[in-house]
Amino acid sequence: MKGKILLLLALVAAVALIAACAAPTAAPAPTTAPAQATTAPAPAAFKCTDKLGCIDIAPGAPVHIAYMFVTSGDNASLGTDTRYGGELAVDDAGGKVLGHPIQFDGQDSGCTAEGGQNAATKVAADKTVVAVIGTNCSSESVPAAPIITNAGLTMISPSATSPALTDPAKHQAGFLRTAHNDKVQGAVAAQFVYTQLKFTKAATIHDGSPYAQGLVTAFADNFKQLGGTIVDQEAINVGDKDMKPVLTRIAATSPQFLYYPIFVAEGGAIANQVRDVPGMEKVVMMGADGIFTEDFVKAGGKNTIGMFWSSPDFSSFGSGYQALVAAYKKKYNTQTLLGPFHAHSYDAMNMILAAIKKVAVQDPDGTLHIGKQALRDALYATDMQGITGHIKCDQYGDCADPHIAVYQLTSDQFSKNLMPETPIWKPGGPNYTYNPNP
Amino acid sequence: MLSKLSDRINPMDVMMFLIGGSIAAVILIGSALTLIHGKYSSAQWFDLLISGLALGGVYALIALGYTLVYGILRLINFAHSEVFMSGPFTAYFLANYLGQSGFLDANPVVGLALIFILAMLVSMTVAVIVERIAYRPLRHSPRLVPLITAIGASFFLQYFFRGLYGPNIKVYPEIKVLDAYIHLGIFRIQYTQLLVIVAAGLMMLGLHLFVQRSRVGKAMRAVSEDKDTAALMGINVDNVIVITFMLGGALAGAAGVLYLLMFPQVYFLMGFIPGIKAFTAAVLGGIGNIPGAMLGGMFLGIIEAVGPSLFLDGLGIPAPYQLKDAIAFTLLVFVLIFRPSGILGEKLAEKKA
Repeated sequence: MKGKILLLLALVAAVALIAACAAPTAAPAPTTAPAQATTAPAPAAFKCTDKLGCIDIAPGAPVHIAYMFVTSGDNASLGTDTRYGGELAVDDAGGKVLGHPIQFDGQDSGCTAEGGQNAATKVAADKTVVAVIGTNCSSESVPAAPIITNAGLTMISPSATSPALTDPAKHQAGFLRTAHNDKVQGAVAAQFVYTQLKFTKAATIHDGSPYAQGLVTAFADNFKQLGGTIVDQEAINVGDKDMKPVLTRIAATSPQFLYYPIFVAEGGAIANQVRDVPGMEKVVMMGADGIFTEDFVKAGGKNTIGMFWSSPDFSSFGSGYQALVAAYKKKYNTQTLLGPFHAHSYDAMNMILAAIKKVAVQDPDGTLHIGKQALRDALYATDMQGITGHIKCDQYGDCADPHIAVYQLTSDQFSKNLMPETPIWKPGGPNYTYNPNP
Repeated sequence: MLSKLSDRINPMDVMMFLIGGSIAAVILIGSALTLIHGKYSSAQWFDLLISGLALGGVYALIALGYTLVYGILRLINFAHSEVFMSGPFTAYFLANYLGQSGFLDANPVVGLALIFILAMLVSMTVAVIVERIAYRPLRHSPRLVPLITAIGASFFLQYFFRGLYGPNIKVYPEIKVLDAYIHLGIFRIQYTQLLVIVAAGLMMLGLHLFVQRSRVGKAMRAVSEDKDTAALMGINVDNVIVITFMLGGALAGAAGVLYLLMFPQVYFLMGFIPGIKAFTAAVLGGIGNIPGAMLGGMFLGIIEAVGPSLFLDGLGIPAPYQLKDAIAFTLLVFVLIFRPSGILGEKLAEKKA
């Protein structure tokens, strides 16, 4: 009997709840309709003709730009760096666009395919989102791009560099990037190793991610074309810690040079253990932009001194870059840049803000209407001078003006926990003479 | 006559035998080809073996935590990988302080002892708290219920420590004394690896003696056999369970520090993969069986280090280390086909049947 009464009570409560929830949507309808008729006879009310639909932003409500970045775990510095870049662009815009405050927040995408899928699903479900900046890793972008595209949104990645993402056969309409394409980065790395370091025997390691696989393939193709030999191509798993077995295997092929364009945890483990493996004591190492971060150097320890990276060429960046770096170090109270993609994120935010200004329709009371297809078209039509160079998108979403340079860590920077900010070599630049212990 | 033979042969058994046989054949042919090819020197094989033994020692210590708890409660404590993470993560701050102040290089023994004690205490405390809050209230519920809570506790601990210490990766300081080698003829061992192997061995021996010789150990064995009868004999079952969690936690904390001496990156998700591997090791050895967990851990560590080179190199498979986990789990299947209760699981099967 008592059970039945409880059940009844629960039922009543449930009905009340449903009624309460339904009330606000049902009730205002009759009251607002006449009000509109009397107070705003107004210019013909905005009618959305955009084929992907429109986003309406009430007066005073924020323009919501979401990010999908790695903000936790071993690659957090990559995501935090790009978040800072976006935030600084918002600051430089005065925190507002067309009189509306800019809301910049988002999801942790974890640098995994599942993380990218989860983050994109959450962002796509949020009806206030106007545009998306992200993702950091190519592995996240592969599942995220179709989800964002199908939701009618557009994402701009500041750091996903895999060639597959803008491959004409696989490209998703809602995916653009201000990051370079790794076809460029792999070629620069191969050119540096062959023409500057004058090595002919290289080994590579990838971790199965689209980023590392794309980069290793681009490097190997170019290196072989130049006349070098790839003596060994190894692969590891994300999460592996014990690298000695795989390094022992590489040592058996006696390479002069080891290229591992992977991520922080596994890259750090390789750097940490490489000198403990007989035959690998003198091998010169090079990574790419994914491990061009302070966290990687911490994880790799003293073996990272003298190591090389390929990464965006900071010295080719526009005149505003010095001011951006100064603002970055001041606002976030850091001595060094956390990663290499803050400027790309800064440019991505500015692209979005410019496109919003171009396509948004504003009512006299301040309400904004943004057509999703119109916004996407405006982003593709971007033609602006950004910090990272001249930004102009091709039909497959590559917007960058890619300048890649090579960096080397000195023992002085290592002891002060700093990352190199000046490249030692760039294509077409003066020759570099190899110094193993700078 | 023929019909009788076909009655006796179960098609499932034949299939299993064929699968097992082909795995064995691949292993044998691959190993033979690799050894004939002679790509690696004996010093390199020795390096791989030591590397595997050290990793295996760590797996074994974690696996003991799973097996002790399973032996007593028939519960897979999925929060154990976070117990493994919590102590060493906390001790990182002490280690970092000692490293930066130079104390760790001046007095490595005292410094390491302090780090170990702190890590073991924290892991122990976390293990006991998890037992008290997540498992004890559910002890008489169906067995699936505490399993789900274990997963919940695992997530809770991961994100609790993320909130506490931050999401970024942190790196244990390097201890200079350990970064040297002992040379034995053409072979060599790094001090770090030697320390890991010796410490893991001593702890396993200590646990074995504790369980077999001490009064509390006897009580643990009694509870594992039959909780109700043990209670009737005057054993405080709750206390024994708490002690079991404390032991498992302390071993996991020590295992974590050993692991970080080899692979110094610490962050809130670091327990996940070693935890899964150690659970596999416990199953491989026969879950609930203490020597089985030790054996399973060592076996798994060595297979991971040596297996890809030994089995696959000779077959000409490119990038065999990507298949490291595939090899380990194939061998798990192989072992379970012929010994479904694990390598040393037989006694358990009789006792608990």
